[in-house]
Amino acid sequence: MNAVMSLATALCALVAVVPLLFVLGLLVVKGASSLNLAFFTKLPVPVGETGGGIANAIVGSGQLLLLAAVFGVPLGVLGGIYLSEFGGWGVPFLVRYAADLLVTVPSIVIGIFAYAVVVLPVGHFSALAGGFALGVMLLPIVVTNTEQFLRTVPVWLREGSLALGAGHWKTIVSVVVPTALQGILTGILLALARVAGETAPLIFTAFNNAYWNRGWNQPISSLPYMIWIYGISAYDDWHRMAWAAALVLLALVLLVNVLARLVLARRMATRRAV
Amino acid sequence: MARGVPGGARERWRLLGGTRGIDFIAWLVTLLAALSVLVVTVWVVVELWQRSKLSRQAFGLRFLLDHVWDPVFGHFGALPFVYGTLVTSALAMLIAVPLGVGAAIFLAELAPRGLSDTLTFLIELLAAVPSVVLGLVGIFVVVPWVRTSLGPVLKDLFGFTPLFQGPIYGVGFLTAGLVLAIMVLPFIVSISREVLLSVPNDLREGALALGSTHWESTWKVVVPTAGTGILGSIFLGLARALGETMAVSMVIGGTPQVAASLFAPGYSIASVIADQFVEATGDLFRQSLVELGLVLFGITILLHAVARLLVHATARKARGAA
Repeated sequence: MNAVMSLATALCALVAVVPLLFVLGLLVVKGASSLNLAFFTKLPVPVGETGGGIANAIVGSGQLLLLAAVFGVPLGVLGGIYLSEFGGWGVPFLVRYAADLLVTVPSIVIGIFAYAVVVLPVGHFSALAGGFALGVMLLPIVVTNTEQFLRTVPVWLREGSLALGAGHWKTIVSVVVPTALQGILTGILLALARVAGETAPLIFTAFNNAYWNRGWNQPISSLPYMIWIYGISAYDDWHRMAWAAALVLLALVLLVNVLARLVLARRMATRRAV
Repeated sequence: MARGVPGGARERWRLLGGTRGIDFIAWLVTLLAALSVLVVTVWVVVELWQRSKLSRQAFGLRFLLDHVWDPVFGHFGALPFVYGTLVTSALAMLIAVPLGVGAAIFLAELAPRGLSDTLTFLIELLAAVPSVVLGLVGIFVVVPWVRTSLGPVLKDLFGFTPLFQGPIYGVGFLTAGLVLAIMVLPFIVSISREVLLSVPNDLREGALALGSTHWESTWKVVVPTAGTGILGSIFLGLARALGETMAVSMVIGGTPQVAASLFAPGYSIASVIADQFVEATGDLFRQSLVELGLVLFGITILLHAVARLLVHATARKARGAA
């Protein structure tokens, strides 16, 4: 029984690992051959013409993430500081619950929200609306991460600083946050990697743009949107582009994840050593 | 995660610092930032509610039970989408729960530490794969596979049941369920493993001391102790599956119908919003889609609350036993 069940559960674990390796291998096989300089530097070309690239989508994704960070990171870090350093009972409980809930809200619903709040008043799709949608997704993740990393800072560090006569805020800024800074930044990177792959909130906010982005108030293309549109199209050329774009997106996302985990693992190790 | 600061000490340090001058400003600014999370959450609900007013007034509660979705004649019923969402999610859980819980038991209880860490790392990376990428794999790999391999086999074996009848298009409920299963698997594995690891060692040792085998102590003592927490992980996975948009929209077939056969193409709430919102002409059409979003949000809140309660209950139980 022992051996049988060990084998059976080990098989489950194996099956759970296979999809990642399969997807990774498939993307390399299908996408790598389309990667060249033009792919990263040129604009998309119409169906039927060969060549072209997705430079505008890469730049667009970067711009959307920048906007998302502007919306989500300062609020998130400050909110996290409140929860960890000032929090009492009532407000933190509600905020934590709301953050937890907001993370679970389907991303398509966030898209509707951003559409109602930004697109409708302005009257057209825009990079701002897309960045806002991604920022809304970013905010609760950053709040939660920041709080957790601040909580790992030992209380005697705070007491030491206070005993030396530093004020509350001075202590937070010069002792608590720097101690947890690496963790907080890693958490922000992970959160950005997560929203970087989101398509659903961009469909009716950032929309798409076949050319270079002409301003924050204009529709903008992005990697995930491009993969979607090219993937469901009927053209082989576009399918090839979709595979290559998916490979680029996945490589970036996994790279950030692996690096972040290495950093966090090392942090844990040094803490144990201390 | 271990809390570095015990509650009592935290209170003391809070009082020590006081809140005057710059400290007061800092308190106020960070409080407002924290409240922004709360404000956004409530704001989302308010927008969904207000922007679906026309649809709610026109169809009332019948909206949920009406199976006709006809934009041309301005008649909107949500049933095909609710049905599609529920069927695909149920299918995904049916596949992912035994696999995920099995894998979690192996990783937490049976595997050597190094192997367990490596496998868990790889499985958790799967959660980071963007859903549009999985959708792409779905279109070009899973859909043909279901059409030419899995579908015919299932039809031969179970073709006498209504579940596996009719033509096999490749796209449809079955394919969407398969892709969703892959998406929720890492969540179930990762959270279930954490919950299992949080079961105190005394229980394992007690069971072993009484003469049970490794597997008996795992299955009869550790897993039941972690039971509610594992159930919580399943609910969290379910909440994910219900709200998943891109991967489902790419493989479900885009046909608003209630069909018994899993081979049939269908639609889900999230994917119909993704597909039709931009082109929705007329206020009623658009507001009906927003109401679908509201329904989805409602289901998610409900599941999320249940999941949280279950996970908390287990954590408390484990602490109590320790």
